[in-house]
Amino acid sequence: MSQRQVLQVFESYQKSRTQFVQTVAELATRPQNIETLQNAGVMSLLRPLLLDVVPTIQQTAALALGRLANYNDDLAEAIVKGDILPQLVYSLAEQNRFYKKAAAFVLRAVARHSPELAQAVVDCGALEALVISLEEFDPGVKEAAAWALGYIARHNGELSQAVVDAGAVPLLVLCIQEPEIALKRIAASALSDIAKHSPELAQTVVDTGAIAHLAQMILNPDAKLKRQVFSALSQISKHSVDLAELVVEAEIFPAVLACLRDPDEYVRKNVTTLMREIAKHTPELSQMIVNSGGVAAVIDYLGDCKGATRLPGIMMLGYVAAHAENLAMAVILSKGVPQLAICLSEESEDHVKAATAWSLGQIGRHTPEHARAVAGVNVLPKLLVLYMDMESSEDLQVKAKKALKSILQKCTHLPALEPLLYDAPSNILKHVVCQFSKVIPHDSKARRLFVTSGGLKKVQEIKADSGSPLQEYINSINNCYPEEIVRYYSPGYSETLLERVEKYQPA
Amino acid sequence: MARLVKLQSQIQQVRVEFFIRQRTAEENRKRENAAAVKIQSWIRGCRVRAYVRYLTKHAVIIQKTWRGFSARAIFRQMQEEAYLAARMKFYNQMAVRIQRRWRGYFVRRNVHNYYERKKYLEALSKKNEEIRRELDEFEQYQQKEREWVAAVREEERKYQQAQRQHFLLSTKQCPGVYNSPFRGGPSEMEERLRRVTPVLAQSAARQARSKHRQQRRALEQQNASFLPPINAKKPQGPFRAAEEVWRQRQRPLEPSLRVATSITALEEARDQLRSQELSARLIDHPFWPFASAHKSRKYEPLIHTRSAFQTLPYGTKHFREDAKHTLQDKEAFKTVFTTCHVFDKFGRLYSNSGKIV
Repeated sequence: MSQRQVLQVFESYQKSRTQFVQTVAELATRPQNIETLQNAGVMSLLRPLLLDVVPTIQQTAALALGRLANYNDDLAEAIVKGDILPQLVYSLAEQNRFYKKAAAFVLRAVARHSPELAQAVVDCGALEALVISLEEFDPGVKEAAAWALGYIARHNGELSQAVVDAGAVPLLVLCIQEPEIALKRIAASALSDIAKHSPELAQTVVDTGAIAHLAQMILNPDAKLKRQVFSALSQISKHSVDLAELVVEAEIFPAVLACLRDPDEYVRKNVTTLMREIAKHTPELSQMIVNSGGVAAVIDYLGDCKGATRLPGIMMLGYVAAHAENLAMAVILSKGVPQLAICLSEESEDHVKAATAWSLGQIGRHTPEHARAVAGVNVLPKLLVLYMDMESSEDLQVKAKKALKSILQKCTHLPALEPLLYDAPSNILKHVVCQFSKVIPHDSKARRLFVTSGGLKKVQEIKADSGSPLQEYINSINNCYPEEIVRYYSPGYSETLLERVEKYQPA
Repeated sequence: MARLVKLQSQIQQVRVEFFIRQRTAEENRKRENAAAVKIQSWIRGCRVRAYVRYLTKHAVIIQKTWRGFSARAIFRQMQEEAYLAARMKFYNQMAVRIQRRWRGYFVRRNVHNYYERKKYLEALSKKNEEIRRELDEFEQYQQKEREWVAAVREEERKYQQAQRQHFLLSTKQCPGVYNSPFRGGPSEMEERLRRVTPVLAQSAARQARSKHRQQRRALEQQNASFLPPINAKKPQGPFRAAEEVWRQRQRPLEPSLRVATSITALEEARDQLRSQELSARLIDHPFWPFASAHKSRKYEPLIHTRSAFQTLPYGTKHFREDAKHTLQDKEAFKTVFTTCHVFDKFGRLYSNSGKIV
C-alpha cells in the first residue's frame, strides 16, 4: 500500500473518533439520552479518549464526561471509581485553556452531587490545581475553576476549610474585581458557599477584604450578580455581631433598600435575608435598620410576593420586634400587623404560617397597646384555629400556642377576647378569663357589654375544678355582678324557674 | 432621954408611918415611875422625832435638789433626742420630696420619655412615607428605563429588518405587502420601508467604532464556554476556506484617499477653520494683559520730532520736499548707509567655487 493509503486509514480513524466524541457530547445535553448512553457503556469508551493525541478530541471527551456527570450521581461515582480524576487534575496544570475549562467542568460536575464525591475530588489533589488555574489570564478558565471550588465548598465545613487552606479566598476576591460579569457572579457565589458554614470561615473571607468589593457591586444592573452578592453578604453577617457590624459599616444601607424593588424576585428575597441576618443580632442593629426605613420597605415587599419567598421578610419583622417594645411599636406603625395577618390567611405552607405566628407573638407580647394592635386585626381566632387544627404540624401548633399565650397575657381589649371564650380549650381559656377578671372589676361599661354580648352566660357554663386558677377567675368575675344576675345566667336557671312555677299553689 | 422615949414610942408609929409611907411611896413610886417613864419616853420620842424631822428635812432638801438636777439632765437629753428626731423627720420628708421630683423627672426623661417617643414615632412614620415614595419612584424610573431600552432595541431590530426587506416597498403599480389597498393607509412597516437608507460604507471613525464593538463582542463570545470549531470536511471543488470567505465578506471597504475626501473638502475645511476661530478666539489681542494699561500709557513720541519744549513740526506738519526753495544751500540727506561687511567675503573666503556668486 502506498503511504497515502496508510495515512488515510489513520485519518479515517481520527475522523470517526472525532465524530463519535462530538455526537456523544451533543447527546449528553439531553437528559433522555443519558440513560441509553449509560447502558451502552459510554464511560469506558470515553475514558481512553481523554488521553487521545488530538487535543480537540480530548477536550470534547472531557466536555462529554462533564455533561454526563452533571446529570446523575451514579455516573459521577463511576468517574471517581474509574480513576479519571487524577488524569484531569494533571491536565489542569498542563494543557491549554480549552482543556482546562473542560476539566474544571468535569470536576465541578462530579463534586456537586454529594460530600463524599467532593471529598474524592479533593483527595485527588484537585484543590491545588484549581487554585493555580484561578491565576490564569483567561476569564473562562477562572470562571470554571471558581465554579468547581464553589461546588466543593458548598457541602460542609471541612470541605470549605480545605478550600480555604488551599489559598483560594484571596484569588476569589481578586476574581470578583474582574470586569467580566459571569466571573464576578461565580466568584461571589463561591465566597458565599465558603462563608456559610462557620464564623471562622466567614472571618477568613472578611479578612481578605471581600466585604468592600461585594458592597461595591450592590447597585450593579445584572440581576444574577446581585443575587449572589446579597447571598454572600447574608452568609457572612449571619454568624456573629461583629461580622454583621462589619457588613453594616460598608455603608450598604440605604442603598440596599433600592434593590427591594428589583424585578428579579430572588434578588429581593436575598436582600430580605440579608436584612434579617443583620437585624437578628442586637437591638442597635435593628434600630439602625428601622431608622433607615427598612421595615416599611420589607412590609411592601411582603405585599408584593407570594409563597415561601415571604419567609425571610416575616422573620425579619419578628426579629426586629423581639428586641424592644419601641421597635415593635415601629413595626406596628409601619402597618406591619395587617400585612402579617394577610400572610397568615393566604399562605398554605406550615413553616411560613409558623413563622408568621411567631412574629405576631413577638410583636404583641410587650404591652397592652401592642397586644391591642395585634388583636385588632382579628388574628387571635386564626391563631386559635391553627393551634387546634389536627393537620397542622407540631412546630406550627407549638408556635401558635406560644404566640397566643403571650398576646393574651397582655391583651386588655375585651371585644377581641370575646370570640375566644367560645372555642378555646381550657389552657387558653384560663388566660382569657384571667384577662376578663382583671379588666371587668374596674370598668362599668365593660361589665354591661360583657353581659349583653353573652359573655357572662358563657362564663357560667365553663366547668372548672374548684380551687383551680380558672375557678378563681370565674369567681372574681361573678363577684362583680349582683347575685340575681349571676343566678339568672347560670345554666339550668330556666328549669328551676319552671319547677317553681309547677310547685306554686295559687291562693 | 425623953426624946428617946418619945422617940421609942413613936418608933412604932414611925415604923407604921414608915411602912405606910414606904408603901405609899412604893405605890406612888410605880405610878410615878410609870409617869416618869411615860414623860421621859414622850420627851425622848419628841426629841427623836424632832431629830428625825430635822434629818428628814435636810435629806429631803438634798434629795429634792439632786432629783431635780438629774431629772433636768434626763429631760435635756430627751429634749435633744426629740429635737433630733423631729429634725430627721423633717429632713426625711424634704428628701422624699426631692427624690420624688427627681425620680419623676428622671423616669420621664430617660426611662420612658413620652414626648420623645411620640416625636420618634412621628418621624419614623414620615421617614417610612418618604422611603415608600422614593422606592416607588425609583421602581417606576427603572421600569421606564427598561421599557425604553427594550423599545429602542425593538425599533432598531425592525429598522434592520426593513433594511433587509427593502424590496417589499410598494410601488405605484403594485402595492406592497405592508400597504394593503383595503386598509385606510400604509402600516408602520411600510413607513419604515420608505424611510430606510441602504447600508453604505462607513466613514473611518465609524469603522473604528464598529471594529471596537466587534472586538468586545468577540471577547464576550470567547468567554462563553465554547470550544473552537473542529475542522469539518472540506467541500469538494475550487472553494476557498470558510473562514477566508467569512473574513472577506465582513471586510469593510477601504477607499483611497481621493475617494474618501468629499468634493467640497476645501470649503468644508475653510468653514471648519472659521468656526473654530469663531468659537475658540475669545480675545482678539491676547498679548495685552492689562486692558486699560495702554489707555493710560503716556505717549512717547519719536526722538527726532521732539525738543525739550515742544514737538518739532518736521515730519508731521511740513516736509523738506514740499518746500524745496528753502533748501537751496542745504545738503541732501544721506539715503545710503555704510555697507556692512558681513557678506563681503562670502564667496571668496571659503573656496574658489564661491566666485560664481
